[in-house]
Amino acid sequence: MLIDIQQANANAIAAIQASQPVLKGIGTALEVVPGMKKNLILHAGPPITWERMSGPLRGAVMGALIYEGLANTPEEAEKLAATDKIEYSPWHEHDGVGPMAGVGTASMPVWILEEQKGGRKTFCTLNEGLGKVLRYGAYSEEVITRLKWMETVLAPVLKAAIPLAPEINLKNMIAQALQMGDEVHNRNKAATSLLIRELAPAIVKTSFPEADKARVLEFMHSNDHFFLNLSMPAAKMMLQAAEWIEGSTIVTTMCRNGTDFGIRVAGLKERWFTGQAQIVKGLLFPGFSEEDCNPDIGDSAITETCGLGGFSMAAAPAIVKFVGGTVNDAMNFTRKMYEITDGESQAFQIPNMEFRGSPLGINLLKVCEKNLLPQINTGIAHKKAGVGQVGAGLVNPPLKCFEDALEAYVEKYCKDE
Amino acid sequence: MLKDFFGKKVKVINLGIASFAEDLRKQGVETIHTDWRPPAGGNKKIQALLDKVASWQSKVKSAKGAR
Repeated sequence: MLIDIQQANANAIAAIQASQPVLKGIGTALEVVPGMKKNLILHAGPPITWERMSGPLRGAVMGALIYEGLANTPEEAEKLAATDKIEYSPWHEHDGVGPMAGVGTASMPVWILEEQKGGRKTFCTLNEGLGKVLRYGAYSEEVITRLKWMETVLAPVLKAAIPLAPEINLKNMIAQALQMGDEVHNRNKAATSLLIRELAPAIVKTSFPEADKARVLEFMHSNDHFFLNLSMPAAKMMLQAAEWIEGSTIVTTMCRNGTDFGIRVAGLKERWFTGQAQIVKGLLFPGFSEEDCNPDIGDSAITETCGLGGFSMAAAPAIVKFVGGTVNDAMNFTRKMYEITDGESQAFQIPNMEFRGSPLGINLLKVCEKNLLPQINTGIAHKKAGVGQVGAGLVNPPLKCFEDALEAYVEKYCKDE
Repeated sequence: MLKDFFGKKVKVINLGIASFAEDLRKQGVETIHTDWRPPAGGNKKIQALLDKVASWQSKVKSAKGAR
């Protein structure tokens, strides 16, 4: 095969750079997510069975079954979840992403993003806030009540408002947020504010009761992570543009289900390479210790895969107060990531590095050769179902994912060398 | 050679572990640190796989150049 890897990777990065994700609207998962079914539960990370799921993912599945009316109690939900009546699939195989446990079911409202020139779409649920929330594995009554409010008030109001607002180009919005101290993984304060600025006048123009409109604005305002569920599908859309370019060694997916960390590579179509999800080191909420922490979980590492999050921490020095480390560490994380990437983002620029583009396009070969792993920052879930978030911190993928991918790459392209 | 070494000011280039350089600096020794790691972290299996990719790419580039 006459494939020039350098050229294939340049093509992959050019495709990512050219992608322009825009906010199209809001839909119900059953109606808009490809392959969605009433008995299907989408989750974060690579494929996994109920038996191997960690506590927070199990908790989120149980909560989702109660939310869907398929079970009345956590005990009923736990029994049902273990049967073949319920199917599981990764969001990534349905053009979507889910933060933390990332559980998505048929009735849930989802953001719909579309490539500006038309065509591809990506999806993500709406962000619930911090603390006791489904995505961290909590399933108490307050969690279900909030999800129902999101389905019946938040989503309809936003769905009506989006067509009344100017087109929201999420790539541009992320680029602006990086100039304002976000890295749009664990710091979304500026991006959420920018989103509210665009949507608020449109929300006011809708015909919903004043109290509902006020509550929607309060909900968005009270949740600094509201934009995360847009930065993630935006990153997913950009990276999908590089799938599945023959011969390319650019990583297009990094994600975790709380048990396994999984990656996919542009030139190795749809194949998962997994290793054990690692324990996150970081800052814990009062009353919790490392003993309480579940291993790394969530699809949010799609932001790092796209040059954001841990790769852009130099743009967001304040984040070290949330995930730990020093400002110097944040700068160094970004600097190091240039060693394992093939490009620099044209859109995402880092002000305190003289507006250098963020490190873009993780090259599998460089990760293996330099033995240098991608840097991820992330939230930490309690390892027991039903508890929720216990902190935030820093983590790396297991090297095994990359080593296995390299082996598969050689097997496919150059085993006779 | 050793006779020339002792009694003279030592200047050090440190490869690999950064704390070695830090310790020398604390003792007033002029030290430059290089963040060097063995390729593939010294993993021979991974190095062999990377060599296969490099060999293939070398042939690809030659073939393209010959066109």
